[in-house]
Amino acid sequence: MSIYNDKVVKQFTIATLLWGIVGMLVGVLIAAQLTWPALNFDIPWLTYSRLRPLHTNAVIFAFGGNALLGTSLYVAQRTCSVRLFSDKLAALTFWGYQLVIVGAVLTLPFGYTQSKEYAELIWPLDVLLTLVWVLYAIVFFGTIAKRKEKHIYVANWFYAAFIITIAVLHIVNNLAIPVNWHLSYPIYSGAVDALTQWWYGHNAVGFFLTAGFLGMMYYFVPKQAGRPVYSYRLSIVHFWALVSTYMWAGPHHLQYTSLPDWAQSLGMVFSLVLLAPSWGGMINGMMTLSGAWDKLRSDPIIKMMIVALSFYGMSTFEGPMMSIKTVNALSHYTDWTIGHVHSGALGWVALMTMASIYTLVPRLWGKEKMYSTELINVHFWVATLGIVLYIASMWIAGVMQGLMWREVDANGSLVYSHVESIEATYPYYAIRFIGGLMFLAGACVQVYNVLMTIKGKSKGAEQ
Amino acid sequence: MSNFWHWTVIIIVVLHMLAYLWLLFATSKKKVAKNDENTTGHEWDGIVELDSPMPRWWLWLFVGTIIFAGAYLYAYPGLGNYEGSLGWTQHNQFEANYKKVTDARNKSFAAFIDKPIDEMIADKNAMLIGGRIFANNCALCHGSDAQGATGFPNLADDDWNWGGEFEQVLTSVKQGRNGIMPALGPALGEDGVKQVAAYVRSLSSGGQDAALVAEGQGKFAMFCVACHGPDGKGNDLFGAPDLTDDVWLHGSSDIIETAMYEGLNGQMPAHADILDENRVKLVAAYVYSLSQKDK
Repeated sequence: MSIYNDKVVKQFTIATLLWGIVGMLVGVLIAAQLTWPALNFDIPWLTYSRLRPLHTNAVIFAFGGNALLGTSLYVAQRTCSVRLFSDKLAALTFWGYQLVIVGAVLTLPFGYTQSKEYAELIWPLDVLLTLVWVLYAIVFFGTIAKRKEKHIYVANWFYAAFIITIAVLHIVNNLAIPVNWHLSYPIYSGAVDALTQWWYGHNAVGFFLTAGFLGMMYYFVPKQAGRPVYSYRLSIVHFWALVSTYMWAGPHHLQYTSLPDWAQSLGMVFSLVLLAPSWGGMINGMMTLSGAWDKLRSDPIIKMMIVALSFYGMSTFEGPMMSIKTVNALSHYTDWTIGHVHSGALGWVALMTMASIYTLVPRLWGKEKMYSTELINVHFWVATLGIVLYIASMWIAGVMQGLMWREVDANGSLVYSHVESIEATYPYYAIRFIGGLMFLAGACVQVYNVLMTIKGKSKGAEQ
Repeated sequence: MSNFWHWTVIIIVVLHMLAYLWLLFATSKKKVAKNDENTTGHEWDGIVELDSPMPRWWLWLFVGTIIFAGAYLYAYPGLGNYEGSLGWTQHNQFEANYKKVTDARNKSFAAFIDKPIDEMIADKNAMLIGGRIFANNCALCHGSDAQGATGFPNLADDDWNWGGEFEQVLTSVKQGRNGIMPALGPALGEDGVKQVAAYVRSLSSGGQDAALVAEGQGKFAMFCVACHGPDGKGNDLFGAPDLTDDVWLHGSSDIIETAMYEGLNGQMPAHADILDENRVKLVAAYVYSLSQKDK
């Protein structure tokens, strides 16, 4: 038996690929519904409004979550040189987490929801997730505690921040009083509820989709590049600055609402301050590759990582810009926001995950390399072009909508009705659908490549 | 907010900003070389770390955003109860913008807003603006062509539940309307509902069971005439629809029986406070104009 528990990592990896396809498929379907509304089929559980939360939950928490849980347990073992704290708890974490996801699939399309964005799960599932998260934390921190290395590797700082903060966010935002098995009322009301929700919402971005994936980046980029991490001191500064600043940024989701002016302002200035700490991670990732630039030609996994880091840099620049009140007045409620989210979600989160899986799979299943490097290259190009189509169309659509909604003629009346802005958006919805479809196609290529790698001839078990 | 929270917010924000600066200063103080030998000496699973200096431009970017934050919080509200040197609030920004469009409106509306209704609806510019107000406020229910939908009256024809004179249309827009068909199930019973429904259908189309119609007519005279009138032609005062024509707001299937049995509640929201007086008048004129086209 290997000194490491790779079984649970393999399970998480397969789950990541599986839920990734499911989540992206639902995404492509709802993108198609926006273009061709007839695809709602007048069936309640197939309508956009029911499937949209299923899409977001599936890609963030099922695809992204399984990727984070799996890689964190892999990285913790490798960088601490010990086996997981407990194999049993790790297995319970895996199956418990899948149970939460299946629970989401069985409730959200049927209208059982808390109606809080990215926190739609009904209270019994929230409780279950809390328990699973505690198990996960025990396994992760238990492993760190019994490490044989003196120092804790930077990837583990980020994974640790992710685990602790998500626990706090999840519990605080979901405090509610249950009425029956599926219905509950939040203990907050009005602007306080909104602020709590977006404190949660933005930190889900900050700690789930950023800190967690930075942890992934800090292991898999130097591993794949075979280069040392660029700067230890940069990692210290940007880690502490990142985790402390993200906490403040939530109110930028509530610019020009009933949230008091002072809270809106603080949300905006801290979002701007967040730019440099965010870019610290990008710099450290990109500069790790300096001295190995030639690999950009030969290794499509490195290409994928570099593009992921580029999209990370781009969306963490765009985010602070959009938090500026004047910009937000134009961008808020438009498809620009959707474009921004997907430049982070597809460009950064998904590409970094996919690249890490390419690094991980041969090591987990004891193969020399992936079944086909050529197919990784195909995946890279299809996915990258898909993202470009997606975010470019949503940028154009979003700016157009923002301008149309505010267009006032010399007589002081609005020039366009809302429906005219929707009509004008149709072509861009179609382009977005194609972009999303391409990204899904890339994911399918990866699944095939992974399956063929697993089936292929073993080079003999590692260690 | 109370003094306690006022100072708590200020202290936390200021300390936070100072902590950033300290962190940057403390970690960049020690000058280090940038080469592959300058590692931290740690190794994890084959990964080593360099201790390269932080890029200068990045440090200045970080410091720059902190300076901006300080300047912004001096100029704008943010630090507790401190109002900011510019005196900006989102409310006064809204009011300034609102005044700008209202002034522009009142200036351009002056050309037609006080004219008699027939002249107003002949004014192309007035109808263009009225149409835009309709598209942004009314089309959601009544449709962008104003032809309505089930439960939402067609405003483009010449059939009116609350009266089609301009003043009546204006009142509908201004104050809203509550169309209430009471639930008559308990009073009529299931058979009674069937009979009255047959009678109501007979007013606009033939082919009804004569016995049912005869029974229904008697009950109609007892329960329905107060609103729909003895001849079923309706009453503008209550918004009671004319039952003798072939216009059916809620459809003419067994919804007639259901409506009679369970009642119906139609609501047109009041718009006097949503739009202002001039815009209410303009959109009412636009709606009125739609029914005047064929005349």
